[in-house]
Amino acid sequence: MSVSHTIIKTVDITKVYGMGDISVSALRGINIQIQQGEFVAIMGPSGSGKSTLMHILGCLSQPTSGQYFLDGVDVSHLNKVQLAAVRNQKIGFIFQAYNLLARTTALQNVTLPLLYNRVSPGTKEEGLEKARTMLELVGLGTRMNHQPHELSGGQQQRVAIARALVNNPVMVIADEPTGNLDTRSGTEIMNLLHQLHERGTTIVMVTHDSKTAIHTQRTINLIDGMVDNITHNGMHFSRPAEEAQHEAL
Amino acid sequence: MKPSEALTIAWEAILKNKVRSFLTMLGIIIGVSAVIIMVAISAGTEATISEQITSLGSNLVFIQGAMTRGGPGQVPQGGLVYDDAGAVETGVDGVTAVVVEQNSSETVKYGDVTLDDVEILGTTVGFPSVRDMEISDGRYFNEQENERKSKVAVLGYSLAQGLFGDTNPIGQYIKVGNTKLAVIGVFKEKGLVGNTDFDSRLYLPIQVVFQKFTPSMFARFMGDSVRMIYVEVDPEANLDNIITQIELLLVKRHDVTLDTADFSVTTQQDIIATQESTTAAFRSLLAWVAGVSLIVGGIGIMNIMLVSVTERTREIGIRQSIGATPNDIRLQFLTEALLLSIIGGVIGVLVGVGGAYIFGSLSDMRTVISISSIVLAFGSSAIVGAFFGYYPANQASKLDPIEALRYE
Repeated sequence: MSVSHTIIKTVDITKVYGMGDISVSALRGINIQIQQGEFVAIMGPSGSGKSTLMHILGCLSQPTSGQYFLDGVDVSHLNKVQLAAVRNQKIGFIFQAYNLLARTTALQNVTLPLLYNRVSPGTKEEGLEKARTMLELVGLGTRMNHQPHELSGGQQQRVAIARALVNNPVMVIADEPTGNLDTRSGTEIMNLLHQLHERGTTIVMVTHDSKTAIHTQRTINLIDGMVDNITHNGMHFSRPAEEAQHEAL
Repeated sequence: MKPSEALTIAWEAILKNKVRSFLTMLGIIIGVSAVIIMVAISAGTEATISEQITSLGSNLVFIQGAMTRGGPGQVPQGGLVYDDAGAVETGVDGVTAVVVEQNSSETVKYGDVTLDDVEILGTTVGFPSVRDMEISDGRYFNEQENERKSKVAVLGYSLAQGLFGDTNPIGQYIKVGNTKLAVIGVFKEKGLVGNTDFDSRLYLPIQVVFQKFTPSMFARFMGDSVRMIYVEVDPEANLDNIITQIELLLVKRHDVTLDTADFSVTTQQDIIATQESTTAAFRSLLAWVAGVSLIVGGIGIMNIMLVSVTERTREIGIRQSIGATPNDIRLQFLTEALLLSIIGGVIGVLVGVGGAYIFGSLSDMRTVISISSIVLAFGSSAIVGAFFGYYPANQASKLDPIEALRYE
């Protein structure tokens, strides 16, 4: 990484749900930038718009207005098919509920994104090899043929992380990745994310938990659909979320 | 997503829910096997009927009498008369034999046994060979016995059984109406041909019938009226030509025109064609009924696929989040519906063919399994799968990824 490269750049992103009198503004002008190799948290209380922002950053939905440049390309006006391709090629998702396919082995779960890869499909053997490498990377080399119900929560989340990485995305979006886990497993998953970060993976983590957020380099705090403040690496928050919410009221 | 991968995913999804998949396929299985079995039964019936018609004797031309419309007070003019037969035999080229039939019915008695309304068939010596009947006991009457109005009778198989039971009927006397007749022969069992039961009838020399059972006051002037004349023709001869000759001859003899003819001439082919069109209509009715059950099967598939799409909403969301396009999702569910109906179709063909075979060997009905019904049933099961699978698959493809991921 000689030259830092902007992965995410949003320009005045807004999101309005509903129409006319009953419309609700979930996002009211978001301007953020995230560089390649960064580990960033997006934090905010419920209703702050962090989920909405995550869906837009993850190309699962589109802003009502404004522009979103992902990896230098404006993706704010792509159609469903193009968005699916962007999700497949450039984004890896890690969800709170793991979201693995039931009754499907860890290995098959990890190969799933390769099925939908039109750009570099590769052979089935290459795909399996790639998936095995990823599972070894997340420390599940011995559990490849286990199905989700045979794995612990932490292990399932590792499978999800392997799946997120298998198509070499430009960034990983983690939505409350430790939310369903006990403290020990949660710490393990955070350590794994740190390792990935050290290897150069760009990670955007959405959380409402400040204890999790401080593990990142930067925290973008959202309140009422706007960026309230951005705190930096290792620093404690100038205004904890609860306090900020009170002020906003 | 490649079609082969869609196929793999669909196959795995079917295997993951074996019982449900089987129940879904059941409608198709029943539909397809019903088509095959029903067509097999009707084709079997058709084959049996046409064989029976052929067994009436081949190369037959039928001349049937028809009453002309007489005004009030006028004497009804009975179409065919006995002498017409002789005229046809001698006057038409290519005729090898002629048989005349006249019917009546009488009470028949032997000892304590009385049978009412027994059908009497007065006929001539050519009857057994032209109508393909064989004598099992005794003999048939001869020309002299007919001309001399000898009081002899030949019994149908079941009539003999009914009158005599285990007694040997040959040489016994039966009372037909008020006339006593000697039994000289019994026919072999023939069975039902079309609507005619050959076995329950009493066969008499036609001259005896004219004299005793259908006496007509007009016979003196016009000759004895007959119901039907069977003309056996040379297989090499031109049938149309023979029909024309017969028509011209009879028109002249009866002093009528072709438009006012008091008789009609038909052939074996005409009867077969009529029979075939009846059974074909019957068969297509059965096929339609079976086809409806196929459609019901298709609706079953649609039903289950809709449930399956709802149940797997989260799976759809996961696939969308990792890059599945609407087309990928649609392809996946459409493939699953198609695969279900095709597997159902294959099982249905096996059940149908096996069922038709077993049905044919266990029951009296004959079954003829036709390849076209297999192709038709299997093909329509695939079409049904595609048709009824499209809607649920399309619904799945329209799901919003965020909503789908939230679905519990």
